[in-house]
Amino acid sequence: MSAVVGVVQFPGTNCELDVAYAVEQLGGSAKILFHSERDLGGVDAVVVPGGFAHGDYLRTGAIARFSPVMESVAEHAAAGGPVVGICNGFQVLCEAGLLPGALQKNAGLKFLCQTVAIRVESTASVLTSGARTGDVLRVPINHFEGNYVCSPETLAELAAEGRVVLRYVENPNGSLDDIAGIKNAAGNVVGLMPHPERASDVMLGSDDGVVLLQSLLTAATKRSTLVAS
Amino acid sequence: MEFEARIDVSHLPGILDPQGATVEKALPALGYTNVSQVSVGKSIRLVVEAESEAVARTQVDEMCHRLLANPVIEAFTISLTELVT
Repeated sequence: MSAVVGVVQFPGTNCELDVAYAVEQLGGSAKILFHSERDLGGVDAVVVPGGFAHGDYLRTGAIARFSPVMESVAEHAAAGGPVVGICNGFQVLCEAGLLPGALQKNAGLKFLCQTVAIRVESTASVLTSGARTGDVLRVPINHFEGNYVCSPETLAELAAEGRVVLRYVENPNGSLDDIAGIKNAAGNVVGLMPHPERASDVMLGSDDGVVLLQSLLTAATKRSTLVAS
Repeated sequence: MEFEARIDVSHLPGILDPQGATVEKALPALGYTNVSQVSVGKSIRLVVEAESEAVARTQVDEMCHRLLANPVIEAFTISLTELVT
């Protein structure tokens, strides 16, 4: 049986079907998890996709973190289950305290929608295990609040523990230390601003996101075997 | 007792404020060339029922930390007024 990736859907999420499609194209199964459901239905991995969860009211991700589904996502993460937050999903994971820091408005004060080059800085994560350190991937970004910020202490901790997973080759949004994606200490929770699902087929202009999604599927499969045994 | 809380949420120093920057650029067009340091934040009003002002303040402070503001990027101030019914 193929690994099942749960894709969270809040009111205002708009990338859940893209993520589900990409996962299925790569041989995985996808299951949409509605925000009001507490039960993750036994999925092996969770993706919190992009969009404007709860209209981004108050702050991006601020209301979404209190959705019933997020309690279960936090439990899944605490138990070592793979969790990936893409774009708005990254913002939600930061608000939920599953990842440190926050995403502020882009330095150029413009909404950015373009393909950028990102460099793999660590392969010790559920999203990058199949890549090689130093690999440069072309993946689209699509955000207004993608400028990663955190305290100097947090930044030092991220650097010391090798928790910056992806960096922009040319910083498009002012992110601290060119950060495009980070992970938690265990490496099972990753947040990133670029959209790997939008780079999952050459027809989309790039399939560089495949190695990331494939890594997630590998982690999900391992998880599935682990839980079954 | 009922207390009206006014919560002022502003950006921490160094955090970008596109609305403030845009307003700052627009004001000189109206002839106000002597304006600087424009900042656009949020004002939140709510009424809380509590046995004392201290209890109300503690609760509102907690709400700010947990939801109304993000301490990584935002600062907040709280002012409380007792509502006389």
